[in-house]
Amino acid sequence: MIELIQTYWVYFLIGQYPQGPLGGVVATVLLAALALLLAAPIGLLLGLARVSAQAWLRRPVTWFVYLVRGIPLLLMVFWIYFYLPTVTGHKTDQFSTMLIALVVFDGVYVAEIVRAGIQGVPRGQYEAARALGLTHARAMRRVVLPQALRSMLPSLVNQFVSTIKATSLGYIIGLTEASFIATQINSQVFVHPAGVYLLLSLMYFVLCFGLSRFAYWLEKRQARRALPRPEASSANAAASAA
Amino acid sequence: MPGFDLQLLLHGQYHDWLVAGLVVSIKLAALTIACALPLAIVIALLRLSPYRALQWLGASYVEVVRNVPLIAHLLFWYFGAPELLPDSLKERLYAGNYEFVAAAIGLTLYAASFMAENIRSGIRAIPAVQFEAARALGLGYLAAMRRVVLPQALRVTVPPLLSQVVILWNDTSIATVIGVAELMHQAASVESAVFRSAEAFGFATLSYLIGSLALTAVATAIHRRWPVRTL
Repeated sequence: MIELIQTYWVYFLIGQYPQGPLGGVVATVLLAALALLLAAPIGLLLGLARVSAQAWLRRPVTWFVYLVRGIPLLLMVFWIYFYLPTVTGHKTDQFSTMLIALVVFDGVYVAEIVRAGIQGVPRGQYEAARALGLTHARAMRRVVLPQALRSMLPSLVNQFVSTIKATSLGYIIGLTEASFIATQINSQVFVHPAGVYLLLSLMYFVLCFGLSRFAYWLEKRQARRALPRPEASSANAAASAA
Repeated sequence: MPGFDLQLLLHGQYHDWLVAGLVVSIKLAALTIACALPLAIVIALLRLSPYRALQWLGASYVEVVRNVPLIAHLLFWYFGAPELLPDSLKERLYAGNYEFVAAAIGLTLYAASFMAENIRSGIRAIPAVQFEAARALGLGYLAAMRRVVLPQALRVTVPPLLSQVVILWNDTSIATVIGVAELMHQAASVESAVFRSAEAFGFATLSYLIGSLALTAVATAIHRRWPVRTL
């Protein structure tokens, strides 16, 4: 096992880079980070559309969210990898395929996080902003979103964890991310499949568990800093009076 | 770009491939639910037990399993785990339908870690005094759980559990990596045999979508019929 790590750790970390494409764990993390970064603005817009009062805006986006969540991500990868080239006329490479699929996937999930974040801001905040003469757009941008974004942070870190896990689908179309590299190492070593795949799992675990603990810590910190809400305490008082 | 060939999906060899794949997917999902649910209940009870060691055991299971992607689980159970067995047994495994078994094991362990969390938060949503009152009336730990806490907790847990089943239904597609002849695998086979990606993936998309939306509709209906009761 020690020997295995000593021989292959660089390959597992970066793939054949700089002789070949960047691969391994670094490619996994980069792909996940890039996907979430590109998905953030899309998710924000979709999320705003999801809470919009305009049905023509809200309905199609809602259906789109149901569509993406109702099919396996792998199926979307196959559509992009095998079908898209018959429309565009040129081959979509593995990295772009995974990036497009993950951006759509993350866009939809970020939209749901944004929606929950906006709905978590007490309605009075928006109404007060409107009553003070701000337009819908300004009330959202200046009053609601700054508060919502802060409460979304832990969920976004958890979405990053989901994205890292989802990059492993690249394995199926031959993208040289961590799982694919591990399989290549396995076919070279041949005698330690259990060891190789346990090490692969350990890598994912350290990465994802670390990040999800970080998300948990963020959540706890926010809960400590949160101010007691006046309307919540008055509601409690009303409830106890009744 | 050739037109959409609906005939390909309605009858003939490729229709049979796709339908066979759909049947395998449904079987895999059903078997996984049947095994994952009891396991998830056990893990949730471990996490809620009064003993530190058992709590730790349950928590470690959940964290270790859910922080590793499903593909890594399946690769381990298909390629890795049999290596730890004696050679004769290993050969027997691979000669049989081991990829289906490995997929079922991997999916069960993975799904159970998420379901356990749904069940745990459902049980925790029931005020502790309910449990304490049941114990004070002389019910044992298990009886108090079964007669008092669980019937209330089910209302809280069933809708999120069904969402988890939707995710599981979609996750069965990943079994294709270890060569299980489920829907995704069959769709890819049809694609490479006749280059009919729109037809093959269209069939798969519709199948997964109908399954997911039907389960979501059931979850919503249950939530309406048995709303969560709060004291």
